Amino acid sequence: MARPNVIRSGQTIIDKLWDQHVVVSRNDGYDLLYIDRHMLHDGSELGFAKLRSRSERLRRPDRTFGTPDHYVPTVGRDLAVVADSDHRYFLKAIETNARREGFIAFTLNDRRQGIAHVVGPEQAVTLPGMTIVCGDSHTSTHGGLGALAFGIGTSEVAHVMATQCLWQRKPRTLRITVDGPLAQGVSAKDVALSVIRAIGTSGATGHIIEFAGSAIRSLSVEGRLTLCNMSIEAGAKAGLVAPDEVTFAYLSGRSFAPTGSQLEQAHAYWLALRSDPGSIFDKEVRLDGTVFSPMVTWGTSPEDSVSIDSVIPDPNEFSDATRRANARQSLEYMQLRPGERVRDIKVDRVFIGSCTNSRIEYLRSAAAIIRDRKVVVPAWVVAGSGGVKAQAEAEGLHTIFKEAGFEWREPGCSMCVGMNGDIGKPGERIASTSNRNFKGRQGPGVLTHLVSPAMACAAALNGCFTDVRELVRN
Amino acid sequence: MTPFTQLDSLLVALDQINVDTDQIIPARFLSKSRECQVEGLFFDVRRDASGSFRADFPLNDPKYQHARVLVAGENFGCGSSREQAVTALLDNGFRAVIAPSFSDIFYANCFQNGVLPIRLTAAQVKQLVDLSTSDPPTMATINLPNQVVSAGPTFTAEFEIDSFRKECLIEGLDEVTLTREFEDCIVAFETEQDRQMPWLNLPRLSAI
Repeated sequence: MARPNVIRSGQTIIDKLWDQHVVVSRNDGYDLLYIDRHMLHDGSELGFAKLRSRSERLRRPDRTFGTPDHYVPTVGRDLAVVADSDHRYFLKAIETNARREGFIAFTLNDRRQGIAHVVGPEQAVTLPGMTIVCGDSHTSTHGGLGALAFGIGTSEVAHVMATQCLWQRKPRTLRITVDGPLAQGVSAKDVALSVIRAIGTSGATGHIIEFAGSAIRSLSVEGRLTLCNMSIEAGAKAGLVAPDEVTFAYLSGRSFAPTGSQLEQAHAYWLALRSDPGSIFDKEVRLDGTVFSPMVTWGTSPEDSVSIDSVIPDPNEFSDATRRANARQSLEYMQLRPGERVRDIKVDRVFIGSCTNSRIEYLRSAAAIIRDRKVVVPAWVVAGSGGVKAQAEAEGLHTIFKEAGFEWREPGCSMCVGMNGDIGKPGERIASTSNRNFKGRQGPGVLTHLVSPAMACAAALNGCFTDVRELVRN
Repeated sequence: MTPFTQLDSLLVALDQINVDTDQIIPARFLSKSRECQVEGLFFDVRRDASGSFRADFPLNDPKYQHARVLVAGENFGCGSSREQAVTALLDNGFRAVIAPSFSDIFYANCFQNGVLPIRLTAAQVKQLVDLSTSDPPTMATINLPNQVVSAGPTFTAEFEIDSFRKECLIEGLDEVTLTREFEDCIVAFETEQDRQMPWLNLPRLSAI
């Protein structure tokens, strides 16, 4: 039997968080792990279907939260604009399930609706020290607030719905320390791409990452969310940053954050969530963040990135035959030549959005670049949530975007995954602030380059990749 | 879930690293019924720009149409958590995938559907890739109780698997049923946690 609130010394934050949530330990290494928060989205209907087929009910509606994001239209809020009847079914289902089971869901017409991984932190549905799961691989995002958060498949979603628990073997621990300071123009997205490039797209498989070091501490909560969001692209089970005063200040006053005596209790627990001096990680990686640059991906895996002032790599320079073949295939798909300068690559389209890069801070950084300038290619901004959109509009950012030639759309996952039909055309080259440059991710034959929001703006203004540091105004 | 003990099958190899779940089944199939998702398996990558089947994509080769074991490069199943990547493989006949490494989520999803993911060394996987393209194609045997893969006259490899996962697969065990055995422990945990950390609870709405 586990006893919540019993924390041993000499442990990593990952050990502490794990041990806190073990309900039962089997002698074969598997733990029944308690889940504090279950995030649901429109696609989670598949989990409810499994639940219904077993005639079960949702065990903890008060630990469950939902917001549709994958299938939502970004052209309006009316279901009538959704042409696909299957998509309409999923959008209605989250509302029906929320009413039937009694959990809070921000439905399509709710002004707070948005991407689950944006809404959770924004509303303080996500809190430090929680275990959080969601039927979406980017659940790792919530680690930015010091939670242990990971994505699961539909069967495990149904298991959590029914039992609020999951059978898990404890992953290994990995600390990635990034020393700063970061150079001007280098964002959390560039840190994420640099880390993935350094350790590889399966470099953290089977591990939970704690991000540490002065460069990480200097990131805002939104930056930490971006970094943890992309820890899955390094293969990690989860990524997290220990909560600190920056975290507590961010949470203060948000909708579901504790207040009064509960806040005092919570705060005392949160302060203990850090790796003790001398605690041992299974693996340690140390990176010099002072040399990081704005990054652009060139291939079809998030590990395929180079700095903006580089050239496209030559596959012959890769160490083994598999990687050489893989790089050749990637370049063929991406229609790029070895040695080509990144800044000579023309882009056809720009997408700013996704659970990686659609929060208010990024929209501010993007707006600062494009103010009083004009884009030369089609460009979209899809805010991560109704809250982000309203805040941006209150600050007049939407006017800056529209005057520059951007489309200002309704919140959702949109062109990151294209499930709502927001996709590019075959052969179209997109500078995207999303998280995956997989073949066909943004539509069959679409060529995706991952960049930060500021870099996406620079590309939109010049029609080719551009070092955003050349466009920064004093 | 269909129990898994032994499997005798042809091998088919996809000799690529980082085969992501968007390649295994594109996102536009995810809102469709499971029956409609069967044809979604590798839908885009097995076709050329004109929509015709690529001759160089192994799964398009009729000689592999009864293969039930897929062999692939490292980091198989990376990316999206979509469980349809596993069910689309299963519904196309695959009961096992062999690779040097898998993404954590895909690996877990396999066990939820009675599909066995097997990690072998890169060198062993390379041997299996070569064996799969021999003429005639090689048969393989996977014995889960003994944790052994054998193929052709000479290839034999032992593999590791958690005893918990092995037991669930062999018995076709449903995890929810297993978890129910620990109901008292869950209730005790919840009671204590609710007392110590009341801030974890969201407002409860009235259910129908």
